[in-house]
Amino acid sequence: MAELNELREAVAKVLPDVKHVIGWQRGYHAVRSSPLFIRNQEDLDKLIWDRTCYQNLASYLTSTRGERVGIIVKGCDSRSVNQLLQEQLINREDVVVIGVPCTGVISLDKIRAKFPINRVKDMQVEGDELTIATRDGEEHKLNRWDVAPDKCLACKYPNPLIFDTHVGEPIETWEPKQGLYARDEEFDQKSLDERFEFWRREMSRCIRCYACRNACPMCVCRDHCIAESRQPHYQSQEADVREKFFFQLIHAMHLAGRCTECGECERACPMDIPVLLFKTRMGKVVKDLFDYEAGVDQTAVPPLLTFQAEESNIEEKEW
Amino acid sequence: MSGMDVKELRIIGFLCNWCSYGGADSAGVARYKQPTDMRIIRLPCTGRMDPLFVLKALLGGADGVLVSGCHPFDCHYTSGNFYARRRLQVLKSYLPVLGIHEDRFEYTWVSASEAAKWQSVVTAFTDRIHELGPAPRLLELEDMPLRFKEGMDIWPS
Ligand code: SF4
Ligand code: SF4
Repeated sequence: MAELNELREAVAKVLPDVKHVIGWQRGYHAVRSSPLFIRNQEDLDKLIWDRTCYQNLASYLTSTRGERVGIIVKGCDSRSVNQLLQEQLINREDVVVIGVPCTGVISLDKIRAKFPINRVKDMQVEGDELTIATRDGEEHKLNRWDVAPDKCLACKYPNPLIFDTHVGEPIETWEPKQGLYARDEEFDQKSLDERFEFWRREMSRCIRCYACRNACPMCVCRDHCIAESRQPHYQSQEADVREKFFFQLIHAMHLAGRCTECGECERACPMDIPVLLFKTRMGKVVKDLFDYEAGVDQTAVPPLLTFQAEESNIEEKEW
Repeated sequence: MSGMDVKELRIIGFLCNWCSYGGADSAGVARYKQPTDMRIIRLPCTGRMDPLFVLKALLGGADGVLVSGCHPFDCHYTSGNFYARRRLQVLKSYLPVLGIHEDRFEYTWVSASEAAKWQSVVTAFTDRIHELGPAPRLLELEDMPLRFKEGMDIWPS
């Protein structure tokens, strides 16, 4: 991973021309990070760059539209920036992209599954080994690949796809740990009835907090989300499983061909609901039909915003 | 099993005003025999067809949903059905992910003059839904405890 000092220098260079540069700072314990809006030297001193920089900061870009801001992106995050540009949700001249190659972050969810982390005191990193010390004096040794988010295991884009400033050396050879999300393969094995039951159980736990939506860089309707609109009244405010399931399907459908599979939705969900699965499966549908991947090519048109008179992968059905 | 002589299932048809709705109307005027399971909703164009309409119907208790519009190149608004085709195909391919049989949803093209084609489409689709039977229902789970993330880290004391 690139050096923090180099990153700080790059940010310092950009700072005079922008309102702020978005980066990461230490959160309230050693395995947490929080977003950081850097405006001056004092802020800059707080900047961190390590395996806890999991958040996709691109989610903040649309709220400062029209103002010039800087942003630090990993390879995967850069896809979201690309996608926002593709859909003209942000202007290219308004963002200064500082790209850093990334060899993977850690997932709080996966660490939590190993031990409760509300008492973390310290984390030491040595190569692939993480040593996490808690306040009750225990030490947990973890291999970072065991606690890497699935998206890192399947990562195809460790290097930023778009940047104005590049920090550090691009990662030259990169073999993702596995080609596909393992749990997606497992899910595909299920029968239709099992899948329906799976979602019924998962969705019934949803509390409709909308954290998944709010964390999503591509969810940009804000106060006009049809999940809350009364005109038209798509959804009631009831908390029954049908409304909750439907809400996720709104999210999945509205992100068809747009979702960059950054996983922020699932990371934000307090109920441990595998909502990213909705989107990775949708990503596969879009890939199979239109041979298209979101956020990879800044000049491409998302497949559902266009059409071809003769579709190569859609069969005309005879009745 | 034919849709004509058994208990009705719930089938929703979304029909484009300019083509298929006319086709269905002509079929009625011509007194063609048709199964009666389908409830028809008229659309200004299949381009207006939000895939969420289908999902809302299916989650709301429909056993099957059919969308029918103008043939490609015949759209009243030139390209509404071309956009619709992409969206609807995405939806159709996606249904199995939700645990819903993709045959419960179909989209097709029937022009205003094709009364006989409408008759065969609606009959074939109704038969197909009857073969699949009633769709699984999203019943509430009574025994589902709220479970937050394992070891959720609250603000340290
Ligand atoms: S739906 Fe989830 S994975 Fe897709 S872009 Fe939004 S937050 Fe990222
Ligand atoms: S974040 Fe989780 S609990 Fe909240 S609305 Fe989304 S799926 Fe439901």
